[in-house]
Amino acid sequence: MNQPEPAVARLYGEPVLEVPQDLYIPPDALEVFLDTFEGPLDLLLYLIRKNNLSVLDIPMAELTRQYMAYVDMMRAHQLELAAEYLLMAALLMEIKSRMLLPRPPQAEDEQADPRAELVRRLLEYEQIKLAALRIDELPQAMRDFALVEVWIEQAAVKRLPQINAEDLRNAWLELLTRVQMNRHHRVTREQLSVREHMTRILRRLQDLKFIEFRELFDVAGGIPELLVTFLALLELARENLVNVTQQEAYAAIYVKLNETRIDV
Amino acid sequence: MYELKEIKLILETALLSSQEPLPLDELKKLFENELDSETLRKLLDELRQDWYGKGIELVNVASGWRFRVKPEYQTYLDRLNPEKPPRYSRAVMETLAIIAYRQPVTRGDIEQIRGVSVSTHVMKVLEDRGWIDVVGHRETPGRPALYATTKNFLDDLNLRSLEELPPLEDLGNLEKELNL
Repeated sequence: MNQPEPAVARLYGEPVLEVPQDLYIPPDALEVFLDTFEGPLDLLLYLIRKNNLSVLDIPMAELTRQYMAYVDMMRAHQLELAAEYLLMAALLMEIKSRMLLPRPPQAEDEQADPRAELVRRLLEYEQIKLAALRIDELPQAMRDFALVEVWIEQAAVKRLPQINAEDLRNAWLELLTRVQMNRHHRVTREQLSVREHMTRILRRLQDLKFIEFRELFDVAGGIPELLVTFLALLELARENLVNVTQQEAYAAIYVKLNETRIDV
Repeated sequence: MYELKEIKLILETALLSSQEPLPLDELKKLFENELDSETLRKLLDELRQDWYGKGIELVNVASGWRFRVKPEYQTYLDRLNPEKPPRYSRAVMETLAIIAYRQPVTRGDIEQIRGVSVSTHVMKVLEDRGWIDVVGHRETPGRPALYATTKNFLDDLNLRSLEELPPLEDLGNLEKELNL
């Protein structure tokens, strides 16, 4: 507690150094005081201690009177009075009244003293109260001592897969392969013109008149070359510029100029 | 198979890096169950001796073995973190005491002894801390829940069993004390 000044309070900014003699204690303070009791048994134990009463020979009238004084105080200040306090008040008065009445002779041995049950409860509660204090005195984890734990990367507990350079290389190669497979098929304008090939065929036929089908094709030119030549031939046939003939199935195919057209 | 010195180092490493107290059965797994309880217990005792004179000690609690900071050194650690956890209220501690010493008990039993009704809040505080739980129901009308303390409660108080709780004050002594 390092209070900057020993002032008990501040009034309009000025430190007040002494508690005023006529200090008014607000009802809230009483409430705080009464709140310290954990219930009627706790209050009774307090009264017994405060008045040096013997728990084995409780003067019921005196205890009840004092108890009621506190209960009345609570009611006067309109504190929310727990039902347990009223129940205890009734019990205290019942005990007192039973003590005043002459006891029936047959009930002499059992429960001879009407206070016995109350005393038993008071002692039992006192016992637990002390036990609670002692448990509270025991060093408590997180409050009085920390637990030792060497900090380890908890993520390591959740095992992550191990990899090495070879795995990485394989992954890269695989990626390359896939890239190749996924390569775009670029559609481009045809490099070889069908028209140009039609001209070429016609030019050859000018000299030879007719030519064997296979001879028209230049195998060294590759598939596109073959295709374009074939297309050109079909186009020529469609336009009736050439005649394509075959004597019989599987025989050689001959291509020759359509003479009639040329004559025209 | 395993060198004794090696075993102690393995035990120490496992206990230091564990978040929970480790029971013997768990520690055996470190050695693929090739070591018996007696050997392990002996070595754990030796390990405890090895740490003697340090600010940290190896303790045996209800759930097993673990390292903790000695309470006398906690004061210094607290200076690093001045926000100390608050103490439990009397209501909480008295309720806990009743459950600890009289378990299993119902809320009715607790109310009977304390003379006041048990607030739900108090029970929740203790349940949230993991110190009490419901172990059954009493076969009376309403089948009230029976509460008992947990292993966690013993662990947190550095105890191995309920027998290590402070003994209850003798009723005879209490009578004398209250007779002043």
